[in-house]
This record gives sequence, structure tokens and C-alpha cells, in this order.
Amino acid sequence: MAQTLHKSLALILAREFAANIATPVSVWDERGYLVFFNEPAEKIVGRPHAEVGELGPSEWTKLFAVERIDGSPVLLEEMPVGIAHVEKHPSHDMLAFTDLKGTRHEVEVTAFPLLGRANELLGVVAVYWERGGR
Amino acid sequence: MKATIWGCRGSLAAPGPETVAFGGNTSCVQLELSDGTPLVLDAGTGIRMLGIELARTPRRPIHVILTHLHLDHLEGLGFFVPLWEPGLEIHVWGPASPVDSLEERIARYLSPPLFPVQLSEVPSKLVLHDLPDEEFALGSARIRAEPVSHRGPTVGLRITEHGKTLVYIPDHEPYLGAGPAGVEPEWLSGFSLAEGATVLMHDAQYFEHEYPNHVGWGHSSVDHAVSFARACDVRRLVLFHHDPMHSDDQLRALETRARALWGPNGHEPTLAFEGMKLALDTEVEAHSPA
Repeated sequence: MAQTLHKSLALILAREFAANIATPVSVWDERGYLVFFNEPAEKIVGRPHAEVGELGPSEWTKLFAVERIDGSPVLLEEMPVGIAHVEKHPSHDMLAFTDLKGTRHEVEVTAFPLLGRANELLGVVAVYWERGGR
Repeated sequence: MKATIWGCRGSLAAPGPETVAFGGNTSCVQLELSDGTPLVLDAGTGIRMLGIELARTPRRPIHVILTHLHLDHLEGLGFFVPLWEPGLEIHVWGPASPVDSLEERIARYLSPPLFPVQLSEVPSKLVLHDLPDEEFALGSARIRAEPVSHRGPTVGLRITEHGKTLVYIPDHEPYLGAGPAGVEPEWLSGFSLAEGATVLMHDAQYFEHEYPNHVGWGHSSVDHAVSFARACDVRRLVLFHHDPMHSDDQLRALETRARALWGPNGHEPTLAFEGMKLALDTEVEAHSPA
């Protein structure tokens, strides 16, 4: 389990926003830790956030397998969340997630950075639309 | 460090016979630091009387820290007597905006047609500062400003001197979108500011039954204020930012409610009132207004 730090206001408000909508959303902090995902996103992950807690990059990549739709591998820095985190601009892609139960989800992902006033990265928000989903 | 409250009304000044006990002036708190540095928190209408008082003291630089630029925290600045003393050094600190400078934002109010005089015509030596992200020294105190949940760029302040800490979060809705139950400290707006404070001055604008009609307005109900203070393990809670529609009698009822919610342990919560003095180095004054 990753060490928990007090969150910036931007992350706190992003989490409350995510917690109150039915669209799957995850929230990542400035270190690249997965710090929250909402209940609709649990379907993609396969486990509730309360069970998982905060996860560093080396931990969350073990939580679910991610690949391109054609089954080819995708690097962390090529994923929308990685691009938003490293390059600090929004990114969109279609990826396949295989959750802990072995179910494969084809998902469109949009990630965007949360930037502070000096252009410092405060975190990343990712939104998911599952193909054939609701 | 000594604090004097010159205004604790929220949103709009509310003078009149029904508000004489707690006062009708909007947010302004004077801090007297041990090295004598004059420090003023917010420039609501309460700053008018404070300015008259400060004008009687020897001239020295004055620091005014604005938690945000809503009118009830800014509208008294133009009536702050030291502002009109030629050459007097006045430092105004405020939250940074990603768009406009602090001077541009203050000048929106201190300029026609809202105010007869331009900010550039002020004869004192006015120095404007964006509040830094890091803790900084001001006189004999250390100050930390952090964004808190309110509408628009808003900070809370943590002021520490000689091991005593005053935390000032006059406008705050820490449980927006979530009730107090189950919010972990690291996800609680303002927690890192208020944790372990000697005194916390905190928004408690609404009774519990009033809050549902004001969700998202940026203010706390009395139960949220008490929950926040408990979560942050503060020593004394001073309830602030009184609703302009609340009479003295209603505020006394709000204080009673806060004390019932607080329970028997520790210092019971107190409502802020004009003229209230808090000496953080000794025992904190706790009585209610006459």
C-alpha cells in the first residue's frame, strides 16, 4: 500500500466530482499514484476502491492488464494517463483492460492533467467509456 | 499572539438592533504579534474601525492578508484609514489567480463605477503580493496559506508564533459532495491547515436545516464546522461568518447547538463576536457577548 499524503484541493474536488457521477472516473496524484476510482469504474477494475486503496505505478499495473485492442502491448507512457502525466496535455485512446476476474473490457479512455497556476502538475483525471457498455 | 475580532458577519454587513451582540461588520481580524507587526486578516467592513485604531499607533508597515476577494472580505479596504496615509507601507497579500494579478482583481472593486477613486490614486505605499505556496515568515510569525473548498480562489491561513497556532478559515465548505462520515483526513479540505490548532476560526454560517438549500455555496453548517474541528483535533473552535439573516437570538441558538454537538470534552465552541479578544499565549477568552 502506498504512503498516503494530504491531497491538494484540486484532487479533493476531483474526487468529489467523480464520486457523484455515474461515468467511470479515476483520479491520479502528481506522483502518478492511482488515488481514487469511483463505483462505476469498479466494473473495469474488478474490485472496489475501498479494498484497493492507493496504488503506485508499479502496483496498479498489476491490478489489471492493459493492452491495445488488437492485443499488442502498450507502455505506461503511451497510455492516456501516462501522456497526461508526463506531457501535461490531454490524451484519448482505446484500450483493452482485463480485470482481476479475467473479463476483458474494451474501453475508450480520455485523460487530462490538472495544472496549478505555475503549470505544475497537481494530478490527472481519466474518464472511461466502455464499448458496448451503458 | 493576540487576536481581536473586528468583524465576523458573513456575506453582507448586517447592522441593526437585532445584531448588536455579535455585530454586523463583515470579516476582519487583527493579530498583534509579539514583535509588534500589525497583521490584519481580511478587509471586510470591520477593517474601518480597526483602521481608526491603527492610525493612533506609531507608523509602521501593516500587512493585510485576504483569504479571497469576495466583497465581504474586501469592501472595507477603501475605508481603511492607513491606506490614505501618504507613504505608509501597506502590504496586501491574497490568493493567486491563474488569470489576473492581485492588483487587477482588487482594482475591479476599487475603481469606478463601484468606488470613486482608482487604486492607483492611493497615496500610501501599497505593495501587493500573491500568497506563496510555501510557509513564509511575517514579523515574528510563520504563515501558511493553502487553498480550501469555497467558490473561487480562496485560502485558509495557519499562523504560528511561539508554538501557538491560529487557523483562520472563514469561508469553507469542507464536506461538499460528501457528509462528514467516512472522509479520510488526507481527503479533507483544510485538514493540513487546521490539524492540532490552538484556535480555529471557522465558517459556521448555517443551521443544519438551512444547509441543504445552500449546498455548493461554499459555507458550512454548524454540524460540519464541529465535525471538521473534531477531525482536526483543534483545541478551541470559534464559529465565524455569521449569516446576515441571523439575529443575535438565532446565533445564541446556533452556539447552543454547536456545544451540544461538541459534547462534554474539551473547550466548548464559542461564536465569534465583534470585540472578542483571544490571547493565544495564555488562556483563550471564552465568554459570549453581552
